[in-house]
Amino acid sequence: MSSPAFEVKADHELWESLGMNVERFEKMRQMLGQAFAGAFLKQPNRPSKMAYFDDLMSNLHSGRVREILEQKKKGAPVVGTFCVFVPEELVIAAGGVCVGLCAGSQGSVPDAEKTLPRNICPMVKSAYGFKASAICPYFQSVDFVYGETTCDAKKKTWELLDRMVPTHVMEIPQMKRARDKALWLDEVKEFKTKIDSVAGKATGLEEVRSAVSVMNAKRRALQRLTALRAAIPSPISGKDALLVEQLSFIDEPVRFAKNLNALCDELDERVKKGEGVVSKDEPRIMISGTPMALPNWKVHNVVEAAGAVIVNEESCIGTRYFKDLIDESGSGMDDILEKLTDRYMKIDCSCFTPNNERVDQVLKEYDSSGAEGIIHYCLQFCHTYNIEAIKIKEACEARNIPFIAIESDYSPEDVGQIQTRVEAFLEQIREKR
Amino acid sequence: MNIGIDIGSRTIKVAVIDNGMLVEGKIEPSGFDPKTQAAGMLYGYPDANVVATGYGRHLARKHFAHEVITEIKAHAIGVLHYHPDCRTVIDVGGQDAKVILLDAQGRVDRFLMNDKCAAGTGRFMEIMAASLGYSLDEFGHVAASSDRTAPVNSMCTVFAESEVISLRNNGVPPEDIARAIHLTVVDRLVSMLDRLGWKEPIAFSGGVARNGFIRSTLGERLKTGILSVDQPDIIGALGAALHSFEKQKD
Repeated sequence: MSSPAFEVKADHELWESLGMNVERFEKMRQMLGQAFAGAFLKQPNRPSKMAYFDDLMSNLHSGRVREILEQKKKGAPVVGTFCVFVPEELVIAAGGVCVGLCAGSQGSVPDAEKTLPRNICPMVKSAYGFKASAICPYFQSVDFVYGETTCDAKKKTWELLDRMVPTHVMEIPQMKRARDKALWLDEVKEFKTKIDSVAGKATGLEEVRSAVSVMNAKRRALQRLTALRAAIPSPISGKDALLVEQLSFIDEPVRFAKNLNALCDELDERVKKGEGVVSKDEPRIMISGTPMALPNWKVHNVVEAAGAVIVNEESCIGTRYFKDLIDESGSGMDDILEKLTDRYMKIDCSCFTPNNERVDQVLKEYDSSGAEGIIHYCLQFCHTYNIEAIKIKEACEARNIPFIAIESDYSPEDVGQIQTRVEAFLEQIREKR
Repeated sequence: MNIGIDIGSRTIKVAVIDNGMLVEGKIEPSGFDPKTQAAGMLYGYPDANVVATGYGRHLARKHFAHEVITEIKAHAIGVLHYHPDCRTVIDVGGQDAKVILLDAQGRVDRFLMNDKCAAGTGRFMEIMAASLGYSLDEFGHVAASSDRTAPVNSMCTVFAESEVISLRNNGVPPEDIARAIHLTVVDRLVSMLDRLGWKEPIAFSGGVARNGFIRSTLGERLKTGILSVDQPDIIGALGAALHSFEKQKD
């Protein structure tokens, strides 16, 4: 008996209507489907409620895109994003859709390298390549891209990207003083004006309030998943949890939260029964560092193939996106926007100097997740995270926490070395018990 | 009998131990079919417990090995066999360079390893020696015979080779170039060791440890003696064999 083969569904009619390079993309969706089936569907003891997220994966380049376009037809602004600094609440308040754009694949890097320098962040290159070659249906569907100034590669690439798709850039300050917050609040207000103008209406207080509560509910569901992973043994693999986190940037937020809570209910039951995806004796690893855009599963694949389980992602794809909520008690619009800005100012991105709260946060998540070691994952050429890793390493050494730093891009050529380093790290953890 | 097999990127090493004592060590090229090559090297020991290490460890596990350990652990065990109080192990093999810090109990405390390229590894030395027309054994002796050096800046195998070619075309004596290449390898090891926070005593293992000039220059730079081991190439295999022996004792 064999299960029907998984595929990321094709929708040539849709892709053609979006002006995509259909021939190229057809190959990519086949490869993505194979990579997904290989990495995910053979895992032992998968929670049954992962079925929703598998289904979303199979509809990634068809059904979900059609849904977004339906909303767009009705006047909803569609905003493409790359960063957790995007005040999604304001897009939702304007009746719009926020969607994380394609940026996690080696497949589009050569397309970008026709133009961009080779020695820059693979995520930036991948994103640019997806647009330049018209091989991401989300890129083709957005009204505009929301860019930010969190690193040099991004902020200069936006200028080039803007030639292909309107790119609105929000200035993210590099420090967290009162005057930086004032600038940020101005940027938030300007963004609201921008999104309202695309939506063709002025978003009111009740709409913002309700959007805040939608996003808080979604973030709470993600927090719940993280808390459940702290159980020993962990009730879900790190790979599946990462997939859920990655899809949180794609899915409709209310439906996503509902299905994630259903998954969490199942995990709750597992925890009560002491059921896990691996034995309680396998090493528990926490990831810290740069984001892992869909379908970047490189480190999780290696770590979990070696028998360990990943229990936390201190990353923009993980806790950095959902650890903080917005205070819902705001009275007027100005008050709500200020409380929204307060929440976004808590993001401990390495673009800030100083950013000592991140070191504290890493240690806090290490303790709360029951991890036994930290792998710092840094995208190649991400200078801010790469340098900040030194402080994290020092903090780990001070507390005798096993730590390694991995710097890597999307290409498969260093998987052998990463495997050796990860396995040696796991040997080290086992021996120290 | 316990056997350790280290399936490396360039060579396969086998260490056979009997009651904890090394009775045989052998080295063969990995070739195009490491699985068959490795199986051939194990011929004659049908009952031995085999532990595999090196890049081909998982291939070996799939076909004949009983367990795998990483090269990092294997070299640590192998070096500790000769130098039980050693705190830092340098292992430079065919495709990568590693520095390993051990705690007082001989457990791996932390380690660093080059990530992507062959910079400063055995393969780098091979290509540089070949571009100057030396065998690998001659290469270290020639370098030691020079007291001048030439500017070789790149640690990238490809770029360093083109630097070597242009130096030769500028009439720089080959022994000076050889010396310069050795010094860049030492520089890189010193920087990795400093980053690791190395401790004495320090031992050098892996194929490149056979190069006396690298070992002595490294000792001068670090201002300490570098412990050597017999047959440094097979230390990883020996460590795997010793791991097998210890496990069977338990």
